[in-house]
Amino acid sequence: MDITFKHVSYIYQRKTPFEHKAIDDLSFHIPTGTFTAIIGHTGSGKSTLIQHLNGLMRPSEGEVTIGDYRLTHDEKPNHMKALRNRVGVVFQYPEHQLFEETVKKDIAFGPENFQVPEKEIENRVRDITQEVGLSEELLERSPFDLSGGQMRRVAIAGVLATKPDVLVLDEPTAGLDPRGQRDMMDMFYDMHKRQGLTTILVTHSMEDAVKYADHVMILNNGTKYMEGKPEDVLTQREALHNVQLDVPEMVQFLNAFSDKFGTQIPFQRQSEADLAKEIRDVLKGARRNE
Amino acid sequence: MRDKLVEFKNVSFRYGEDEPWVLKNCSFEIYENEAIAIIGHNGSGKSTIAKLMNGLLFPQEGAIVINGRTVTQDSIWEIRKDVGMVFQNPDNQFVGTTVQDDVAFGMENRGIERGEMVKRIDDTLSAVGMQEYRLTEPHKLSGGQKQRVAIAGVLAIFPNVLILDEATAMLDPRGRTDIMKTITRVMAERSLSLITITHDLQEVVQAERVIVMNEGAIWDEAAPREIFEKKAELRQIGLDIPFVAALSDELQKAGVPINHEALNHRELLEELWTSHSSM
Repeated sequence: MDITFKHVSYIYQRKTPFEHKAIDDLSFHIPTGTFTAIIGHTGSGKSTLIQHLNGLMRPSEGEVTIGDYRLTHDEKPNHMKALRNRVGVVFQYPEHQLFEETVKKDIAFGPENFQVPEKEIENRVRDITQEVGLSEELLERSPFDLSGGQMRRVAIAGVLATKPDVLVLDEPTAGLDPRGQRDMMDMFYDMHKRQGLTTILVTHSMEDAVKYADHVMILNNGTKYMEGKPEDVLTQREALHNVQLDVPEMVQFLNAFSDKFGTQIPFQRQSEADLAKEIRDVLKGARRNE
Repeated sequence: MRDKLVEFKNVSFRYGEDEPWVLKNCSFEIYENEAIAIIGHNGSGKSTIAKLMNGLLFPQEGAIVINGRTVTQDSIWEIRKDVGMVFQNPDNQFVGTTVQDDVAFGMENRGIERGEMVKRIDDTLSAVGMQEYRLTEPHKLSGGQKQRVAIAGVLAIFPNVLILDEATAMLDPRGRTDIMKTITRVMAERSLSLITITHDLQEVVQAERVIVMNEGAIWDEAAPREIFEKKAELRQIGLDIPFVAALSDELQKAGVPINHEALNHRELLEELWTSHSSM
């Protein structure tokens, strides 16, 4: 489902002394099947933005369209529930939303609400449990007896069980250990590819944006500051510094390398192994030319 | 020689008699004004260490001594004056109706007089860059802002030990750097030992000493440089290594000799300069 924002603003506590514009005349377009990373420092409007994607918020001004669903200040879709069935949002610390007696019931809660037949729910729970890397033995356990990482997986499984077309991830790996972070991001990416999802990742991690996204949008003060391919946007040091962001560590290193050795190795989202070979070749070349 | 501020003596902990040991025979010491990082996979016992340090949990075996005092049911109120703690999720730790009330809360509990309180609220909120929000209701703040306020509240009680239990995990990278700078500055001004429990490798690199936990036991304890030399082993126990260490590893494999473990860009570039002159 294509997602379009047209001149969207969102104002908290309008017409009060506390009035605050969290999103300000924001326009963008996200085509179906893309993986977009939204980056911005704390308070840039990221969280407000994503709450528009499943209709938890409606724009104060402007228009949001998600597939055939249209949200404006005055109108909401007749089928808000249908929209929420298509757009799955994994909020920050989703494990805080667990509430059922067993893991199985918690994962099934979403699809039950969307009147998915019982048999189908059974199948989905089984498949998704496996996909998010939970052992089937946990299904009858209370979600509150699990470790933090496992609880996170249960909560995510609950969102995935509704089979959304659009998957919105708000810092999904915060608090997990490095391996847990990598496993979880790889899982989302794999699912994104296999199921042709439209994925929106809100993140602070430039490294994740580089690794997974094909499109990056930088937010600042509730409005779009930059957008484009990760390798184009995330290499602009000055522009990013101006909005309290830094280039990915590899880009910082490549700049420092260029200062010292006088050769700029281009940033192409290469792996560390590939970069090492490029550095070796530059060093050998430099030696030969002396 | 710095004074010993925290001592774990053969500490073991489990949640119940039938439960597995979460912490197994852990012993370590932390000194005055020292910056320590504790790393390890989820469930390795890191957070348990933090909770034992200020008496949120008590060990079944061994003893914990903080500033000369053994942690017991009777001593926890005194211990908690020494040990300040900030957790990962700030939503669980707010009590005040405004930011300044919240920062005042810990001080009120310790009977600090008003004039001093006002001064400390000012100082700590500006240290974390939140002064202009002093009258804001905490629930209106973003996650990162809340976390700064939580840190201000703890710094205001002048603890001897500050434990950050993944407290910067929700901050953006710049916010993270700012907080760490603030704490470093406080450490320079007054005696404060810092224990960061973290997955952030930049924070680990900045520590003087790193304790690596694995499955409830201390796996290693050394300076960051020595720790990150053990790349393959660290990966095996589910941990990551910093970009510089990973790139050094790949450079070696690609036939570029790296003779000294580099911790930052500058050091790695020096290494490359040396090896390029001899290639």
